[in-house]
Parts: sequence; structure tokens; C-alpha cells
Amino acid sequence: MSLIQKLLGASAALALSAGAALAEPALIYDLGGKFDKSFNEAAFNGAERWAKETGGTYREIELQSEAQREQALRRFAEAGANPVVTTGFAIASAMEEVAKDYPDTKFVNIDGWLPEIPANVQLIAFQEHQGSYLVGMMAAMATKTNTVGFIGGMGVPLIRHFGCGFAQGAKAVNADINIVANMTGTTPTAWNDPVKGSELAKAQISQGADVIYAAAGGTGVGVLQTAADEGILSIGVDSNQNHLHSGKVLTSMLKRVDVAVYNAMTAGEGLETGGMTVLGLADDGVGVAMDEHNAALVTAEMTAAVEAARAQIIAGDLNVVSYYENDSCPAIQF
Amino acid sequence: MEKMPKWADATLVPLISLLLAALLSALVILAIGEDPVAALKLMVDGALMRSSGWGYTLYYATNFIFTGLAVSVAFHARLFNIGGEGQAMLAGLGVALCCLYIPWPHWSLALLGACLFAGLFGAAWALIPAYLQAKRGSHIVITTIMFNYIAFSVLGYMLVNVLRPARAMEPASPRFPEATNLPTFEDMFSTAAAPLFKSAPVNVSFFVALAACVFVYLLIWRTKLGYEIRHFGFSETAANYAGTSGVRITVVAMLISGALAGLMAVNTTQGEAERLILNSTEGAGFIGIAVALMGRNHPVGVLLAALLFGFLYQGGAELALWTNIPRELITVIQALVILFTGALDHMVRAPLERVFLAMRSKKEAL
Repeated sequence: MSLIQKLLGASAALALSAGAALAEPALIYDLGGKFDKSFNEAAFNGAERWAKETGGTYREIELQSEAQREQALRRFAEAGANPVVTTGFAIASAMEEVAKDYPDTKFVNIDGWLPEIPANVQLIAFQEHQGSYLVGMMAAMATKTNTVGFIGGMGVPLIRHFGCGFAQGAKAVNADINIVANMTGTTPTAWNDPVKGSELAKAQISQGADVIYAAAGGTGVGVLQTAADEGILSIGVDSNQNHLHSGKVLTSMLKRVDVAVYNAMTAGEGLETGGMTVLGLADDGVGVAMDEHNAALVTAEMTAAVEAARAQIIAGDLNVVSYYENDSCPAIQF
Repeated sequence: MEKMPKWADATLVPLISLLLAALLSALVILAIGEDPVAALKLMVDGALMRSSGWGYTLYYATNFIFTGLAVSVAFHARLFNIGGEGQAMLAGLGVALCCLYIPWPHWSLALLGACLFAGLFGAAWALIPAYLQAKRGSHIVITTIMFNYIAFSVLGYMLVNVLRPARAMEPASPRFPEATNLPTFEDMFSTAAAPLFKSAPVNVSFFVALAACVFVYLLIWRTKLGYEIRHFGFSETAANYAGTSGVRITVVAMLISGALAGLMAVNTTQGEAERLILNSTEGAGFIGIAVALMGRNHPVGVLLAALLFGFLYQGGAELALWTNIPRELITVIQALVILFTGALDHMVRAPLERVFLAMRSKKEAL
């Protein structure tokens, strides 16, 4: 305990504010690492925005090993951090265990799923298939070769969920479109392997793809780079990645992890827990990135089609099939 | 005549290497503007000064003991088993099948069963590279490392498509039944008055690891098979001339090596996670190479080196938790230790030998 007290003392002294009595929130990044330009970085941006606006401070850790998941959760809870926000589905199970022992601490997990959600845990899910559907439509409208590509991180349900929405959107525009899909790998490095991403992009280009959607965390950086080098279009994911190669990234499928983190930290100890929040198009939880970097690439026709589909999905007139419904996809085989 | 007394070779060389690695790490920490003394203190505090810190240090050490022993047994036959990772991964599958589908009445029986399955699956995964090396001369370094990737894919397929409970996001098996959960040190040594090892993952499989150390010692230095393994390792032609079958020794040494690596899965899968996850080995198979190198392929050395790496892992976690030192730097520190104790062994040994020679010739001159 003495160490924790010492450290708490040190951090309180650093903060130089009466706010030390208030609980600090904590943020735990998944194994992909904080600066992946994508998923975890979105969480970081949300936390930074909260810190800037409120002047508060937060604790954070980038996980390095599986055993650390439970350890980090416990240590933060013991140190009085509240709420403890985590990214990535892999930590949900450890969170379920730890939450029992710290009933006064609020826990938040993004992407996770639990059969029974403890009273002090909030799960946040995104309807990635809806956003992916929209970028799939744009890809199908932008392609000149009638071939679009999808590069996922790993063949896990979450990524198939992205790919499935993308394929449905592309096929909605053109039922005969050719979709090339690849997964980066089977090891955890698949989420952070830009070189492999680049190779896969080249392979897909040789198969005719001229718009490639990357849903692979840090690996996507390599996909976007190669697409820009080879003069084809790419689609970013999670964060707005349009600026990475201005004028060469068609759009990005936004997954507003930053908003989720920001909201959780703003709610602080008063956070509502005990359930699952699903953020979709209607809540602006997912969306399509439009800014000055891709303005030249997006035609008025695309904007109109995307807006129409978006309204239809929100109204419930258009049903994008979720891969989770029966672990399979009507538009593409994985 | 030896250039240097045995004790110096076994203790001074690794200690000085370690010191050099620590010095260099301190410089790196200084360079990014953090205080190396405070960092070291935090590592020691977090890993060794609290029983829960020990609980993590020993948990990581358990993994490294198994994989370190696995590498060293193979190395006595001059076989470089880089496949500990894949063998442990497949063994994890064995442990999961054993825990999920056999209704064990008590954890002690489940432990025995899991050890058996882990050993069998690990050994089976080492068998093909061993056979290819023995019969076809396919280099074991290449085949074992390739088999790691195959193991990853097999495990990924099994977890995503077969073992994953419906609707779950994570590629992981369901939780194992309560009866198979191994007692942790907290369950064993903690009392209400004196809580020890709070929530730490270290569990009864640590004792299995200690037993494995004794087993490897007896096997290598006290049995005919061990003699043959060492003999084969020193000189294949001499061993063949003496009537030892190279094929048999290669295969047997690799089977034992694979089984030892596989036992690691009992600790991570049955002991810690209590379910099978995709990333259950997380590099321990590779750390085992460094552990074996540093431990001079002797069980006692492996045990000590495993404890050191356990300390580095847990201490590194503490650094990541409480300082702004980025996690990449912690990997750098671990890499420096591996570099100095494993790869740059001669840099320390050669000057040290000269010192000892000089000391001796002085004594003789007197």
C-alpha cells in the first residue's frame, strides 16, 4: 500500500489542485498500443479532449501482456481511479471478474461482450456494419475496375462484422461487383503490421482492386500508404484518417471511440452502468468522414446516395445484416 | 587447465553482463528524461517488495522455467528448439479440451490430466520437426519456427469457429468448470489476518515447474538417456560410433523438449486465464531461449534466469503503470538484458578470463 500512497501523493502534488480529492479516471489501451492512428488513438484523443476541457488529469496504461489486464484493472481500482475505461473486447472477461471486487468503481469497456453485465460495468458497442455499409457504397461508386478490396486484422467476429457491412454496401450499388477480402494474420501482431498491410494491398491491387478498405488497426497505415503510392484510393477506419494522405484517402469509417471515452470521463462517478450502450448511425457513433482532404474525391452523387442510405438505415427502412446475427454474412464468405 | 574457476564462469559473467545491461538501460531512461534510480526503485518495489508483486513475478517465472528447460534439454543434443511458442500454444488447446470435456471431480486430478494433455500436445507438435530433422535433415530452427505460425493458425481457427461461445466477441474458449481451477498462492498461503499474494495469478503449477527442474537435472546428468543426449550433442559422429542412434536421440530430445514447453500452458491456461485465449503464450517460448542461454542450460541456472525475467516483466508492468516511460522502452530494457546475457556473453568472458589468467600467473611468479 505504501507505494500506492506515495504515488498518489506525488501525483496529487503534481496536479497542484484541490481536485486531488476527486477521483481521476483511468484509461487502459489494448495490446495494439496507444498511437495506432486508429482505434486506441481515438480513445486517447477522447481522453485528451476531456482533460483539456476540464483541466483534469487521468491515468493510462498501454497493456503489454494478457496477465496485465486484470492487474491493471485492480491497481487502478485500488488507487481510486473512477471510472476505469478500457478499449478492446479482450479485456471484458477480466473486467467481469474485477468488477465484483470493487463495487464502488465504475468500469467501461468498448467493443466487449459479456453474457451478464455486472451492475458497475458499462459496455459500449458500435454498429460498425452500418458505417461500413456506407463506405462500401462509396467504394463501389468510386471504383473504375469494378473491384474493391477489404483488408482486415484477424479473422475474428468483430472484423468480419466490418467486412460484412462493407460488402453489403458495395453490392447494394452494384450487385456484380468483385470484392477481394484478406485478413492480415493470425497472431496479435496482425493489428500492428504495416509491412504486411502494404504487401496485402499490393496483392489486391494486382487482382484489380482500386479502392481498399482497411480495418486492421495499425496495419492499416501500411495499406493507406501503399494505396497512395500506387495511385489508388483507400478507406481508413476508426479515427478520421483522411489527412494521412490528403487527396488519396476516399474517406474513413468513423467509429467514435473518442466520443465514448469523452462521455464516460465527463460523466465521471455518476456514470450510468449495468448495461450495454449501442452507438450507431443515429447517435453519430459511426459515420463517414468528410473533410477538406477528401472533398475532391467525393462526388455529389456519392454524398446523395450515402445521405439517402443513412436516413433509410436510421428510419429502419434499410436493414444492414449484422455478422453477429448468425455468425455468417450474406454478401461475402470469410 | 581452465582459464577461469567454475564459480566465476557461472556467477561473475552473468552478473557483470546484467550490470552492463542495467547501466545501458539507465542511460536510455536518462535520455528520455526520466529518473533511472526512481525507475529501478519502482521496479524493485513493484516486483519484489510486496507479496502480490512476487505473485506476478513468480507467475511469469513459471512460464519461463518451462520454456527455458525445454530449450535447454534440446540444446544438450545441440538442437535449437525455437518452437516452444507453438508447442505451448497447441498444449493450451490440449489443456482446454481436457478441462472442458472431462468432468474432473477435483483440481488435483484435473492438474494431472492437464499436465498429461499439455505434455502430449506439446510433444506431438515437436514430433514432426524432430522427425524431419532426424530423417530428412530439414533444419530444426526453420521447421520449429514455421510450426509456430501453423500453431497460431490452428488455434485461431479452433477458437473462432469451434470453441468460442455463441455471440462472444473474443476468440476464446468458455470458462473452464470451477472444479478444474487451480489453487493460487493466495488460496494456499493467505490467511484472514495476513493476506498474501492478493489476486496474483501465481498458482500451484509453480511447484510443477520446480519439479520439472529436478526432473531435467536427473534426466540429463543421472540417466543413460541423458548421457546419450549430451554425448550426441558434443559429437554426433562419436555418438554414432558408440552405437547411439542419432535419429532416436533427436526425436526423443525434441519430444521431451516439446512436452516441457507444453507444460507452460497449464500455468497460463488452467492456472491464470481459466479459459483458452488466443494470445496465451505471448512470447514466453522465445524468452525461454534467452533464459536457457543465460542459465547455461542447467536447471538451477534456468530457474534463476527465469526469476530474473519474471522480475523484468512484472517490474516493467509497474513502470508502465505508474510512470510515463512508454512500453516500447520497457521492451528495450528487456532486450538489452537478453543481448548482454545471451548474445554478448563473450564480450564479458574474454576480458574476465584475461584477468584471472593474469592473477594466476602473478601468483605462480611469486
